[in-house]
Amino acid sequence: MNKIIRGKVHKYDRNNIDTDVIIPGPYLKIHDHKELAKHAMEGIDPKFPEKVSQGDFLVAGSNFGCGSSREHAPIALSQTGIRAILAPTFARIFYRNAVDGGYLLPIEIDESTVKKISDKDELEIDLAQNKITNLTRGEQYSMKPFPELIAKIVEAGGLMKYKPGS
Amino acid sequence: MTITEKILAGASGRQTVSAGDVVFAKVDKVMMHDVSGPGVIKVFSEWEKKGLKLERIWNPDKVWVTEDHFVPAADRVSAENVITLSNFTKKYGIKRHFKYGLGQYGICHTLSHEEAMVLPGEVYVGGDSHTNTTGAMGAFAAGLGHTDVAYVLMNGQIWFKVPETMLFKIEGNKPDHIMAKDIILKIIGDIGTDGANYKAMQFAGSVVKKLSMEERLTLTNMTTEAGAKNGIIEPDETTYAYLRERTDAQYSPVHGDEGAQYSEVFTYEIDKLEPTVAKPFSPGNISVARELQSTELDKAYIGSCTGAKLEDLRAAAKILKGKKVKIRTEVLPAAQSIYMKAMKEGLISIFMEAGAVVGPPTCGACCGAHMGILGKGEVCISTTNRNFPGRMGHVESQTYLASPVVVAASAVTGKITDPRDVRN
Ligand code: SF4
Repeated sequence: MNKIIRGKVHKYDRNNIDTDVIIPGPYLKIHDHKELAKHAMEGIDPKFPEKVSQGDFLVAGSNFGCGSSREHAPIALSQTGIRAILAPTFARIFYRNAVDGGYLLPIEIDESTVKKISDKDELEIDLAQNKITNLTRGEQYSMKPFPELIAKIVEAGGLMKYKPGS
Repeated sequence: MTITEKILAGASGRQTVSAGDVVFAKVDKVMMHDVSGPGVIKVFSEWEKKGLKLERIWNPDKVWVTEDHFVPAADRVSAENVITLSNFTKKYGIKRHFKYGLGQYGICHTLSHEEAMVLPGEVYVGGDSHTNTTGAMGAFAAGLGHTDVAYVLMNGQIWFKVPETMLFKIEGNKPDHIMAKDIILKIIGDIGTDGANYKAMQFAGSVVKKLSMEERLTLTNMTTEAGAKNGIIEPDETTYAYLRERTDAQYSPVHGDEGAQYSEVFTYEIDKLEPTVAKPFSPGNISVARELQSTELDKAYIGSCTGAKLEDLRAAAKILKGKKVKIRTEVLPAAQSIYMKAMKEGLISIFMEAGAVVGPPTCGACCGAHMGILGKGEVCISTTNRNFPGRMGHVESQTYLASPVVVAASAVTGKITDPRDVRN
């Protein structure tokens, strides 16, 4: 896995962005990944999928992805091109899905860091050093390191490719 | 250790575990439904493209499947999803597939207790966030996504971070007009919708001891709305009696130790608890029903895994008996067996004579999928568990969450109503 990733920020500065907003209920019967991407974040910003380029980041408030266990949520976001989500905390099933499915990196950052990052900023994230550089503003922030097992699953590219005990 | 820690220690072959440990635990039961099932199957088909073929699943007898979210088939895609699911269960020898229109079927979290699918001491995972519900049976029950369920189907185990446990002691005398729903709404209002993130919520105390199994299940059901990893109640004679009526399967109950460590202990005296309502757009946005009595409604909904168990229907029927509803009222028993019991008890006639429509068990309207979704600007009072924007239909519709008696009383007046304010 590439340890240094770069992308543009899409910021939605609110807490508790839930899975009904990320991918509304009527689309749950859809299992085609490309089709799901067209409706990503529809509950907040229907133009979202058009704005994202491959490798971009989403920055949001705490408890991101709360609500249902729908894996459609990280799938839809990742299919738009989003590579990582930066938020103070994540809802647990969203976090698991993002990591175990190998779709997205859920990166925990402080609330104060969320405030410092603006929409459209360019970030560079160094996953080996747990460092975030804001290229637009020339600032550096820290991120919470992944717990050991999670780091291994992330490294493997998802739970399926990870062998317990390795 | 707490009951949650003990179950996870046992399942991961350790003497002890502590909150924060990451363990690989053996799973006893796994559930998927007509939304998560096709999602899981999709995961397998993606893996197959990468050369990883699913020859057989770990143990077909430990897997069970429901059709609940989009039945009766809401459209062609839903119908195809059910076919996909049926082909899968047939191919891999999963016998316990509860099918719409073929005897017993219903909402997954309702069948889990009605059919005694999960037993005390077990580790139970399901492809649905309200899998927590079944923790009321004294099991570790947690929701997972598609990839995780697929992994369990292959390997019979999955990783968990052992959660810290928050203990909620419910004490005092429960007034008659108060239901478990009021208690859990009050708790979520206090701790917030992320108040139990990653944690276990355990319920105890003299009130919980006296609560029926179905009422206990309402408490654990909505632990999801507080962000909890699992909800749990230690098994006791109520649990065992409930199970005796439904199964002769053997199980080994687990209890927490005397000196177990809880991250927080909350005590609620509920003698003066008022009928409680969660306003749009959060289950934590609570108010007392009487403070909202000028709120005009378009629809009353009695359904879902939270609020359409037999006792929920009985409580609602007690209010509706001999009265007429003033707004559109929909009653959907949560499982076929509950529907039949309600019919034999005369509850269905009470609902219909009051003017309500009684529908087949389905998640449909609860998740805004079909079978009665809300239009723009409509206001609903509901026995369900979520009221995020757009949850039950149009993003500009509104849902108030309440107990079955508050919903029934509100159906009678057309406004949010305390059950004490409708005369019997
Ligand atoms: S009834 Fe509602 S909350 Fe329960 S499983 Fe169905 S959609 Fe989820």
